[in-house]
Amino acid sequence: MRALFLRDLVLALRAGGGFGLGLAFFLIVVVLVPFSVGPSSELLGRIAPGVLWLGALLACLLSLDRLLAVDWEDGALDLLATSPLPLEGVIAVKAAAHWVTTGLPLVLAAPVLGVLLNLAPQGYGVLVLSLALGTPALSMIGAFGAALTVGIKRGGLLMSLLVLPLYVPTLIFGAEAARRAAEGQDPATPLLFLAGITAGVLACMPFAAGAVLRVNLR
Amino acid sequence: MSLWEYANPVKFLGLSERVMPWLWGFAAACLGVGLIWGFFFTPDDFRQGSTVKIIYLHVPAAFMAIQAWFMMLVVSLIWIIRRHHVSALAAKAAAPVGVVMTLIALVTGAIWGQPMWGTWWAWDPRLTSFLILFLFYLGYIALWEAIEDPDTAADLTSILCLVGTVFAVLSRYAVNFWNQGLHQGASLSLDKEENVADVFYIPLLVCMAGFVLLFLALVFYRTGTEIRVRRTRALIAREGRGAAAQVEGA
Repeated sequence: MRALFLRDLVLALRAGGGFGLGLAFFLIVVVLVPFSVGPSSELLGRIAPGVLWLGALLACLLSLDRLLAVDWEDGALDLLATSPLPLEGVIAVKAAAHWVTTGLPLVLAAPVLGVLLNLAPQGYGVLVLSLALGTPALSMIGAFGAALTVGIKRGGLLMSLLVLPLYVPTLIFGAEAARRAAEGQDPATPLLFLAGITAGVLACMPFAAGAVLRVNLR
Repeated sequence: MSLWEYANPVKFLGLSERVMPWLWGFAAACLGVGLIWGFFFTPDDFRQGSTVKIIYLHVPAAFMAIQAWFMMLVVSLIWIIRRHHVSALAAKAAAPVGVVMTLIALVTGAIWGQPMWGTWWAWDPRLTSFLILFLFYLGYIALWEAIEDPDTAADLTSILCLVGTVFAVLSRYAVNFWNQGLHQGASLSLDKEENVADVFYIPLLVCMAGFVLLFLALVFYRTGTEIRVRRTRALIAREGRGAAAQVEGA
């Protein structure tokens, strides 16, 4: 299990294009927002939590098709399926590696980009906290989507259609927590809901994703 | 004699052929009576005027949109547990009907909302969760279309249906949290005093019965079509192999 985790990390870090690409995409989205809605700092400050959350979500989505597709093509997934590690574990480990290489950098970069968007000073801590709580759920739900569409050629667009509606609850509570904190309200309720969703997803989703992957490997 | 007998495609087709004329007939009768009664023989509402009459399309369509998803959930579970092909095909057949119902509910809601709320669309919890339901339907149908092997497709879509149900319910309550509502409360419930007034209530019930029957007829019809499509494919595959064997023999 640890070996697989390290392998996925190393592959993501060394094979070009995976690691950092999501981060760059996040940066680009955030830079494009002022161009599209205008540079008024008051408006930007108001929409900053939502934009940061949406950007993080899209950046997470962008790197999902690499999560399983590469291993599927070169047959590594078949080897993993015959290994003693259950497929549910494989999926969970892969989602964890995806989170470390995509979600974690996004969490760390979000406050820097918050400066660009004129986020209110009291909002930074909760923004980071909400992203840190929410992005593991995004990775795990995304792993389910990737497992669903792994057998389909050019399944990227289909995967977005399947995964994005599943992201709705996470996005609502995450962005709500960040917004409340930025406006000086108490963010505890949405944060708790967000943590609950993440815990539920982490507990149940590996089984759904494992079942789906087993069907696809048949 | 048990319900599971109809998991046999031949039995199912026999049943659906016997039942379908009645379903179509009663659906047409209920919709005809309900809609004509509702549109022409009920008074205008005190505040809403004649726009209130869109309720005869809006409420039954919204009701069926949710029931269609629920039916898909049940037949998906049957497919996962008992592997009856008819149930997987019934889920496939119900999805496009459900998406049309969702669309009818959204569009009639917008048409009613324009004069009443002064806006075609508002990010109200009910409206938003229906839009999300619409997206779930689209994803479900797209996944069916994308996978060639029918058994794989049935397995994957039924798991998607289960996961989607959980997230659809979750979204339904999440959007409640996210924005306050503009939509009125439930217009029909069994245990509440505040329902629609009786003049509107009875034709509405007739319309809802009509929509239920129409949905059942459509699902029976489409499931039958799916079974026949699959049979034709099997026949073609068999014929093709026979022809190839003949060529080799000669």
